[in-house]
Amino acid sequence: MIEVIKPGFYSSVQDMGRFGYRQFGVPVSGAMDMTALNAANFLLGNDEKDAALEITMTGPLLRFHSDTFIVITGACMEAKLNDTDLENNVVYRVRTKDELRFGRLRKGFRSYLGIKGGIQIEKVLESRSFYKNISPNAMIATGDKLPIKTLDDAEPEKKVIWSDDYLDKTEIEVYPGPEYHQLNDKQLEKLFSREFTIAKENNRMAYQLEEQIQEHPFSLLTSAALPGTVQLTSSGKLIILMRDGQTTGGYPRILQLSEKGISTLAQKKTFDKIELKLKLIS
Amino acid sequence: MSFKIQYKEFGANALLIEWPDIIEEAVLSDIQNFGNRIGSEISEIEIIPSYNSLTIVDYHPKRTLKDLRKRAEEIYTAFKDQKKQPYTLWRIPVCYDPKFGIDLQRLAETKGLSTEEVIKLHTEAVYSIYCIGFLPGFMYLGGLAEILHTPRLNAPRLNIPRGAVGIGGNQTGVYPQDSPGGWNIIGNSPVRLFDTNRESPCSIRTGDKVQFYSVSLPEYRVLEIEVNASVFEMEKTEMND
Repeated sequence: MIEVIKPGFYSSVQDMGRFGYRQFGVPVSGAMDMTALNAANFLLGNDEKDAALEITMTGPLLRFHSDTFIVITGACMEAKLNDTDLENNVVYRVRTKDELRFGRLRKGFRSYLGIKGGIQIEKVLESRSFYKNISPNAMIATGDKLPIKTLDDAEPEKKVIWSDDYLDKTEIEVYPGPEYHQLNDKQLEKLFSREFTIAKENNRMAYQLEEQIQEHPFSLLTSAALPGTVQLTSSGKLIILMRDGQTTGGYPRILQLSEKGISTLAQKKTFDKIELKLKLIS
Repeated sequence: MSFKIQYKEFGANALLIEWPDIIEEAVLSDIQNFGNRIGSEISEIEIIPSYNSLTIVDYHPKRTLKDLRKRAEEIYTAFKDQKKQPYTLWRIPVCYDPKFGIDLQRLAETKGLSTEEVIKLHTEAVYSIYCIGFLPGFMYLGGLAEILHTPRLNAPRLNIPRGAVGIGGNQTGVYPQDSPGGWNIIGNSPVRLFDTNRESPCSIRTGDKVQFYSVSLPEYRVLEIEVNASVFEMEKTEMND
């Protein structure tokens, strides 16, 4: 079991997400940076469906009450296991009573704490991902006890070098969305010729961008929206839906981020810059 | 029924199928029908139906969107003469007491109606569920009497309680969870439209129909107890018309 001594800014348990309930209005949820979650599970020799702790901006203070192995992937945050500095993408052995403390954020925005065997909280609708009103909690809190398996046998054998280069990338890969054809030349030029700034309205549901493009008269009969859907409001504001994003919407869906694009964006924070890079589906 | 439908790629893993841009029962029924067939004949997918569209999210690691589209087209062609889909009519209790219906009096006054007349109009109509989205279990209902169409509030309220029944523009519906919202609130329903403690968390489906019936505050309190004890069951009729 892992005990939460201090929760940090916003940490939640996330796996690959909740599938099959979107027709009832339930978002997919799951790790914002799926690449980093996959890396954590891979490095530990876990099942790809295992759940990890998604840590946003400021990390928690955790105490282990079981022996296990851990790995940190995604954003680079200072992390100390008792007095030892930890590096990302390296598997460490953890003993009962060890304390894991996160410090300053160095690069990126969301880290993933992978645990050998995955965090064992109960599933709701076939997933362990936290989501308000579906799971009992939206984020971890002081005193929470996260069940894990006790494992003190052989160290996971996976030893690969994982690159964090994508944390510095500003290019976000997008496909044309269903309403792409409604864009005029002026809007297209603006979309793909300049940098956009992440607005302070950014969270697990959606990222808004500061810069607007030309306003437009189009609306849409409510229709499906997906994680990574770029909506264009009538005033010209761009809203990129993320993992907890609503399942339907009424704004034109002008672009669609690739899976890689969503993971890259998930590591951006307020005032960071991005560029949209159009890719055609082959 | 057979419509001219369009297939569009929605990113690398989803296919969007669109019907003519109209709000119509026949379209809704066709989408339901098609969605059911696709769901039973194609594996490793998730479908999201709405007013005039059906989105298929593909989880199959090897299948291409072109293959998926081809399969969908075959299925649509094969059943085009199907008759109307059966659906469920749900009866949902609503307490229109001023304790819950904080905007009912104002709404009635702006329409030159009594609150009783508003309640009568709201409970007489049979509403079609065109979509479930926005929040888990939130129904987009069509069929609100035109005189009850009312603009949304200028500034949304920060917290609308679960069960609140509202009118926003030409739509009416029930907030399935506490949430911010800009609709005019006319009552509250004790039923849980979405409940993860139930084996099937959401019984209602897109394509079903809904009728509201008025209950008094004491009746509401009894229903609330039944809902909390998980013994309440929503009244439903299977329809084949």
